[in-house]
Amino acid sequence: MAVNDTLEGTRKIVESAQEQQHNSGLIPTLNDFSQELTTLNLGPTHPATHGIFQNILQMDGERIISGVPTIGYIHRAFEKIAERRPFYQITPLTDRMNYCSSPINNMGWHMTVEKLLGVTVPKRAQYMRVIAMELARITDHLICNSILGVDTGAFTGFLYVFQEREKVYEIYEEICGARLTTNMGRVGGMERDFSDVAIQKLRDWLKTFPAVMKEFETLFNRNRIFMDRVVNVGPITAEKALNYGFTGPNLRAAGVDYDVRVMNPYSSYEDFDFEIPIGTKGDTYDRFMVRNEEIWQSLRIINQALENLPEGPFHADAPHYYLPPKQAVYQNMEALIYHFKIIMGEIEAPVGEVYHSVEGGNGELGFYLVSDGGRTPYRLHFRRPCFIYYQAYPEMVVGSSLSDAIVTLSSMNVIAGELDA
Amino acid sequence: MAENTEESAAAQETAAIQDPQAAKNAQLLALLHRLFGADAFTDVEEPYGMLTATTTRERIHEIIAGLQQEMELQLHFLTTMCGIHYPENEGKELGMVYHVHSLVNNLRLRLKIYFPIADPTVPTLTDLYAAANWMEREAYDFYGIIFTGHPNLIRILNVEDMDYYPMRREYALEDGTREDKTDLFFGR
Repeated sequence: MAVNDTLEGTRKIVESAQEQQHNSGLIPTLNDFSQELTTLNLGPTHPATHGIFQNILQMDGERIISGVPTIGYIHRAFEKIAERRPFYQITPLTDRMNYCSSPINNMGWHMTVEKLLGVTVPKRAQYMRVIAMELARITDHLICNSILGVDTGAFTGFLYVFQEREKVYEIYEEICGARLTTNMGRVGGMERDFSDVAIQKLRDWLKTFPAVMKEFETLFNRNRIFMDRVVNVGPITAEKALNYGFTGPNLRAAGVDYDVRVMNPYSSYEDFDFEIPIGTKGDTYDRFMVRNEEIWQSLRIINQALENLPEGPFHADAPHYYLPPKQAVYQNMEALIYHFKIIMGEIEAPVGEVYHSVEGGNGELGFYLVSDGGRTPYRLHFRRPCFIYYQAYPEMVVGSSLSDAIVTLSSMNVIAGELDA
Repeated sequence: MAENTEESAAAQETAAIQDPQAAKNAQLLALLHRLFGADAFTDVEEPYGMLTATTTRERIHEIIAGLQQEMELQLHFLTTMCGIHYPENEGKELGMVYHVHSLVNNLRLRLKIYFPIADPTVPTLTDLYAAANWMEREAYDFYGIIFTGHPNLIRILNVEDMDYYPMRREYALEDGTREDKTDLFFGR
């Protein structure tokens, strides 16, 4: 006790002496240092931001004091454009939101319109959609996780999995003819049935991909260097994440098991057996691991859907909304009439409002559609998951170093096209 | 008349048994009426299974805050919000549409408010939901809705020096001076 008292007394004497010196201006204080903050522009174009958005960071040495994100560099006014387009012409707009998983956006939009119109899609088309959507989820997660590897200095994994992503894009090509901005499917089902080549390519890929994925995980999951860079970096608590409107893998990494596919099953997701991986701390490592596990679960879903692919038509019997085959348009009067009416936007849509959401690559992708019975939506609002959760970014990186901020950004899977719509 | 009401009540009950969503919505509506009074809500509907109600801007903050605290149905998640413009509704030209979600009970609620375009002020929700910040900036950017109490109400997607609110319906997407294109052929 006495020793402590003495120590305390000594400390006080030293402190008061220091204070006097500080007041005399001889020794710089903490306040003097804090005047020397550096303003750093991370972006708008920066190799580590993977898209065009800016963060104006206040840096104290290597530490981030505050961050101000600026977005909107590739804003294309999709919500405004959608107010002048017939429903089927809005699909290409959705392609260009989260362009890493376009089929999910396409299907989500088609299902929204189908909900409004009251069209029931046959089981086969639903399963085909599930296959396309889960392929899209895998490529989306592959890009996010492998780029996270690149940002931490590991280029190899990225090269390995991009080969597989390329194969998935070849499957897209067989399904719909396009690769990146897919415009896949139609309102009422799919545009065409899976060809034999598509099925064969899918089966081949399902055989080869797990080994590559395994190798990717071996490279990263327990890699000392990688773990040092990502464990405890950019964490967020479940409570904060919910308050910030997080959804998708980022929310699940924080420990909340919310997945639209399970809570509000669409397109027959209730038929499949799969698990929802969750994390505990919501840090970069958890987000990485959740995505990896979701890839395995998506593979499970694709395998089940492919094995149990029902026979039957690949689109709904809804001639008012679903384009007839081109051959029939030349030979059949009714087909010609329907073709003309659909293309010219003369179909009748019910008056009403509908909200439909799907589990996108990075969260709950929602479509709020208000129809006044006209040929175009009266109002269409996209709930873009990364627009909502990217708000939390400054809070997640304040106090960390610049290199940590880069991997945090990378692991959040912010897609500029979706952010700015 | 009495018979009719009895019949409709019975019909509603059977409908509730057949449709669990309708039963949940009825429970939510009863909760809303109990917490905030039946006169707080007008135009109660259930389009495509989602309970939708219109309220006033004076009460919206209180209602969302009350739902955030409420523990029976736990509508604690702000899914999205967006502006909307009906130029022909005089005195109620502009609107805000809020979607809240209960992740525990899987129940969604859509709340709407309408207000005159001459006085487009709405209380902010940023004190309740951090997620509201950018969504309100987006509504301000597109529709010119002023959120009182918002910490940083500036444009978010459009350029700062834009002097109009582009999602308002008076701004046509096509060039209005062109005569070779009419609305007849190009949507609205």
